[in-house]
Amino acid sequence: MHLTNDEERILKGEGGEGAQRAMELLVAIGDAFDAKGMIPISRAHAASSGQEGDLFFVEILAKGKAKCKVLTTTNPVVDFDYFQNLINISEEHEEASVAWKVKDYYRQIGAVMSQSCIPYLAENIPQYGEHVAFSESSATPYVNSVIGALTNRESIQTALAAGIIGKTPEYGLHFQENRKGTALVKVECDLKDGFDYSILGQYVGKEVGYGIPVFTGIKKVPTIDQYINLCAMMNTSGAIPMFHIPGITVESRTIDEAFGGEKPKDVITVTSRELKQTEESLQSTSKDIDTVILGCPHYNLDQIAKVASLLKGKKLKQDVSFWVNTSATTKILAERAGYVMDIESSGARVIVDTCIDMFCWNNLRGKTGMTDSPKCAYYRRFGDVRVGSVEECVASATRS
Amino acid sequence: MRCISDKKLSEDMKTSELKMKCHKISPGYGEGEALVSHETICFYLADPKTGRIREKGHQLEGKSVAGKVLIFPSGKASSAVQMDGLAKLMLNNSKPSAMIVQDVDAVLVSSAVLTGIPLVNRLEKDPFQVIETGDFVKVDSDRGIVSVIKQHH
Repeated sequence: MHLTNDEERILKGEGGEGAQRAMELLVAIGDAFDAKGMIPISRAHAASSGQEGDLFFVEILAKGKAKCKVLTTTNPVVDFDYFQNLINISEEHEEASVAWKVKDYYRQIGAVMSQSCIPYLAENIPQYGEHVAFSESSATPYVNSVIGALTNRESIQTALAAGIIGKTPEYGLHFQENRKGTALVKVECDLKDGFDYSILGQYVGKEVGYGIPVFTGIKKVPTIDQYINLCAMMNTSGAIPMFHIPGITVESRTIDEAFGGEKPKDVITVTSRELKQTEESLQSTSKDIDTVILGCPHYNLDQIAKVASLLKGKKLKQDVSFWVNTSATTKILAERAGYVMDIESSGARVIVDTCIDMFCWNNLRGKTGMTDSPKCAYYRRFGDVRVGSVEECVASATRS
Repeated sequence: MRCISDKKLSEDMKTSELKMKCHKISPGYGEGEALVSHETICFYLADPKTGRIREKGHQLEGKSVAGKVLIFPSGKASSAVQMDGLAKLMLNNSKPSAMIVQDVDAVLVSSAVLTGIPLVNRLEKDPFQVIETGDFVKVDSDRGIVSVIKQHH
């Protein structure tokens, strides 16, 4: 990869050790993908996990005095203020101290602590045609496909390195010719809600593996939460950086345009049978539940309004807990709209800054959980798990 | 697993070495027993202490990646967990010794670079055709060469 004089100087360490390590990683990535050079990016999102791999790199950057050059936001980790009153954090000392250090190091390098996994709706919004570096399961395909910004499927570390340097190697999805579809996905059934899109995403990710699906048969413009769920689940069961819905998403008007005039490598047909089988494969039990976790990815305002309308006037069953995860910015609006009060009057809780894949939920191990998110079911180590729509989650958790 | 105790049989056994060019992604040298997966792998779903894959229903469920040369199509799952998974394996000395893949994305590449695992792709021959679980494989990423030592009876 060709480096400019400035880039060479950073690589030699003249910009400090942190920037040097960030540049080393970007150069390795560029070489791996045969990039000819680097391009500037305007913003980055690091899907900080608060775990060992995250700590390993952000610690190197912080100790090496690196600072973010462009707006760099973060994923949820854990809301220590909330959970310290709920669980004995000292019992989870090892994982808690990793998460605590991670958050501290991100602050030191000048990241904006959005602690949201849907930053593209509020805290860090790219525009059409912007070159960016966005990690996070739902964020990468969302900004590529729905917004039309250009990013590769970044890891936390490559997004972070790009945020530090303000550049990324120019390869892959930064070129129009690589944004063409690879697999044709014929949807031959109705998709009625966000949950159906989650199941569709789970199935398509597994079938396509790594590639760019092109959907046909989707008649209505998906809602924001339907897009979010499709994006997140395709990157739980597979590695999907982008997709097209010709005539609906921004970069293709026709199927032919989506494939750039080429033939699809794979053709996948989705009927209600595949969706039903996928949904059934996610269930490990049908017994009564102990807890519900929603908001993986974080619920947006529409989804909070929905769960508020379902929980309003109801009470949770005895010994059943119910959590709705969202971002801090969304919660402020949800409070103003009265949604938080409707939800919390039932006994459920709306929490911020927190990922379902953190130690703060360890006391749910062995319990029977329910969620509307296949991703949550995949990563949260419940004893047994049921996956159903938000309506089904509320019905299972509340007294009739 | 190959377990040859019969002396006569072992006398008949011949070894052959197949050398192939490959494309370097993450630098270094690693060797070990091959472990082939036709399914994508999420390292977060491996037990950090033993390296055993604990993803239910996965082709490699119950098998350990520790010290193995892994051959698999590509990584999968969220942008955070591959690095966390490989870092946990690294800290417990249970990481794979090298990895051979078909498709690469930045998530898998950066995780391999930062945890020091040699990673290559674009072998001269389809690795799923020429490498079987149990073969002995050497991955010299820096020189761009993969050697497969097969044991024929």
